[in-house]
Amino acid sequence: MATLGIIDLQVSVESKPILKGVNLEIKAGEVHALMGPNGSGKSTLAYALAGHPKYEITGGSIEIDGTDVTGLDANERARLGMFLAFQYPVTIPGVRVADFLRHAVTNRRDPERKEGENLMPMREFRTELKERMTELGMDTEFARRYLNDGFSGGEKKRMEILQMAMLKPKFAILDETDSGLDSDAVKVVSEGVNRLSGPEMGVLIITHHERLLEFNKPQFTHVMLAGRIVETGDASLAAELHANGYATVRERHPEEAAEELTEQEKSLASV
Amino acid sequence: MSTETPSKAEPTIGDYQYGFHDSTDNYTFKSRKGLDHEIVRQISAMKNEPQWMLDFRLKSLDIFFARPMPQWGGDLDQIDFQNIYYYMKASDRQEKSWDDVPEEIRKTYDRLGIPEAEKQYLAGVKAQYESEVVYGSLQEDLARQGVLFTDTDSALRDHPDLFREYFGTIIPSADNKFAALNSAVWSGGSFIYVPPGVHIEFPLQAYFRINSENMGQFERTLIIVDEGASAHYVEGCTAPSWSAESLHSAVVEIVVKRKGRFRYTTIQNWANNVYNLVTKRAMAYGDSLMEWVDGNLGSKITMKYPAIYLMEPGARGETLSIAFANKGQHQDAGAKMVHCAPNTSSRVISKSISKGGGRSSYRGLAKVVKGATNCKTSVVCDALILDSASRSDTYPYIEVEEDDVTIEHEASVSKIAEEQLFYLMSRGLTEAEASAMIVTGFIEPLVKELPMEYAVEMNKLIELQMEGSVG
Repeated sequence: MATLGIIDLQVSVESKPILKGVNLEIKAGEVHALMGPNGSGKSTLAYALAGHPKYEITGGSIEIDGTDVTGLDANERARLGMFLAFQYPVTIPGVRVADFLRHAVTNRRDPERKEGENLMPMREFRTELKERMTELGMDTEFARRYLNDGFSGGEKKRMEILQMAMLKPKFAILDETDSGLDSDAVKVVSEGVNRLSGPEMGVLIITHHERLLEFNKPQFTHVMLAGRIVETGDASLAAELHANGYATVRERHPEEAAEELTEQEKSLASV
Repeated sequence: MSTETPSKAEPTIGDYQYGFHDSTDNYTFKSRKGLDHEIVRQISAMKNEPQWMLDFRLKSLDIFFARPMPQWGGDLDQIDFQNIYYYMKASDRQEKSWDDVPEEIRKTYDRLGIPEAEKQYLAGVKAQYESEVVYGSLQEDLARQGVLFTDTDSALRDHPDLFREYFGTIIPSADNKFAALNSAVWSGGSFIYVPPGVHIEFPLQAYFRINSENMGQFERTLIIVDEGASAHYVEGCTAPSWSAESLHSAVVEIVVKRKGRFRYTTIQNWANNVYNLVTKRAMAYGDSLMEWVDGNLGSKITMKYPAIYLMEPGARGETLSIAFANKGQHQDAGAKMVHCAPNTSSRVISKSISKGGGRSSYRGLAKVVKGATNCKTSVVCDALILDSASRSDTYPYIEVEEDDVTIEHEASVSKIAEEQLFYLMSRGLTEAEASAMIVTGFIEPLVKELPMEYAVEMNKLIELQMEGSVG
C-alpha cells in the first residue's frame, strides 16, 4: 500500500526555522486532518512536501513508499504521485487549461517522459477531461479558458480539484481548499474530494474550519503548534477544536505555546 | 523535422534548425564582393532593366553613400559593406513546378516544408533563393480574376505602368540609409495586385532564403490592394548558420485602397549572424484596414518598425508584434502609426521576450498631424525578461498636433514569477517545460491571431528558443 512518510521534518524559510521536527505517516485510503492556529506551520508543511524551492529542508526526510524524495524537485515528486491543492492557485495567462493539463497528465502517467516527447493522444485526453468535468459539475468551456485567469475564488478551487481528478495522485494535500468559499462551493469541493479519495489515495486536509471535514470525515486529526504536531486524535478532536478553539491545546502544551508567543513577539518587533 | 546536422562552420550557433546550407558551385552568376556604381550597373544589366530603373538605382546609391549610419537602435558599426555579395543568382529561371527547380535548391525548400504547405493551405507561393525568385505559383481561379502575384523583377518587365505608378512612392529612396541601399541593389521580392472586390481566401506566401556566407539579400516587395479587395500575405525567412555575417535589407511598400483589407504576416527566423534592417510601410485609404503581424526571431540585430499611414477618414491600422531576443541578439522592433486624416484609428500590441543576455526594445511612433481630428490610437507593450542577464527597453514617441484625439499607451515589464514556475512544476512539468509554457502563454494573445498552421509554427519556434534554457 502506498505510504507517505514524514520523518522528523525540519524546514526553514529564509533561514528562519518554521517546522521543528514533524512526524506523520499517511497511507493510501486514509483521510488526515491537520489543524492549528495561524502561523503554526501548516502551509509550510504543504509547500515543503510539494517541493517549493523557498522551503528549505534542514533536517529529516520525506519518503514515498520508502524512497527518500527529499532531494527531488517539485516536478519529480509530482510524477511520483504528490499533489498539492493550493490555497491561492496561481494565474498563468495565455495558457489554456486543456493544454496545461494534457502536458501534466502525460508526465504523471509516464514519469520517464523526456521534454519534447509525444503527449497523450488528444482524443483520449479530451474524453477523460470531459468526464471529470461533468462529474465535478464544471462547464466544459473551462477547458478552453486560460489557467485561473479571471476565475472566481470558487472556480479556482474547483480547478484544483479537477487537476487532482486528472492527475490521480497517491497523496493529495488540500491547503485550506475551503477558505474563502461560500457553503455551496465548499459542498461542491467536498463532494469532489469525496469521490476521489478512495483506497488509492491518501489525503491530508489542512483547514481552520469544520465544514470540509463534515463531508470528508478524517480518521486522524493532528494539531500543529509552533512547528510541531502536538496532538493526534480522531474526528472528535477536530470537532472539539472547532467548538473550543486552541486555548485548551495551548494549556496542554505550555512549552510550544510559549514558543509560539515568543515568535509572535519577535515578528511584531521586526515590523 | 530535419535530422541532419547544421553546418560545421559555426558550432556555437546551437539549436537553430535551419542552419544547413547548399554548395554555391553551380550558381549561374555571382557578383564580386563590394558596392559601387559598377556593381549596380551590372545588376541592372543582368536584369535587362529600362533606363529609368538604372537611373533610380544609381541615384539611390549616391543617397546611401551620403547618409550617415544611424546612431540609434542597434550597433551597426560592424557591418562591412565592401565585404558583401550584393547579387547572386543560383538558377537561370523561375519555375512553375517544384520538379523543375534545381535539385539542391528544391531540397532546401522541402526541408523548410514549403511544397507541402502549398498543397495544403496556400493560394500561391514565391520562393526566393539568394537574389532571385526560383519558384512561383498562383491558383488558377485567382489568376483568372486578375490577381497578379509575381516576383518584382517580372512585374517591372510585364506590368510596367502599374509598377511605375506605385514603385518608390510609399518609401522613397531618401527615406533612410537602408531604404536607399535597397533601392540601389534590390532584387526579387513579391509583387501583388488584387483587383477591386476580389477576396483571396487563403494566404499568399513568400519564402526568403539566404544560402551564402557574406550574402546581402535585398528583396523589394510592392503590394496593391484595390478598392474593396482583401488578401493575406505571409513571408518566412531563414538563413544558414555561417560564422560570417549576412545582411538582409528589404523594402516593402503597400497600398490599401478604399474599403480594402490587407494583412501582412512575417515569421522571420534568421540565423543569429544576420543583420536584418527592413523598411516596411503601408498607406491605408478610406475605411480600409491594414494589419501587420510581425514575428521576429533570430538575427543578430533586427531594426524594423512597420508603419501604417492612415490617409483618409475611416482607415484603421493594427500592428501585432512579437520579438524574441536570445543570446547575442538585439531586437529593436516596433510600429509606427501616422494619422493623416480625421476619424482614423490605430492599435499596436507588442510582446517581447528577452533571454540568455538578449536585448529587446520596443520603439514606436504614434503621430497625429494637424487637422486629423477625432483619431484614436492605442499602444500596449508587454515585455517578459527570463533572466537577469537579459534586457528590455521601451521607446515610445508620441507626436500629436490636434487636441481632439484619444491616445493610450501602456507598457509593462515582467519576469517569470517563481510562484508560476512552482505551480506548473508541482503538476509534473519540468522547469524548462514550465518556462516554455509561460512564454507561450505570454504571446498567446498574438499567436491566436495567426492562421492555425502559422500559430503551430510560431509555438514550435518559441519552444526551440526555450530548449536548454534551464541549467
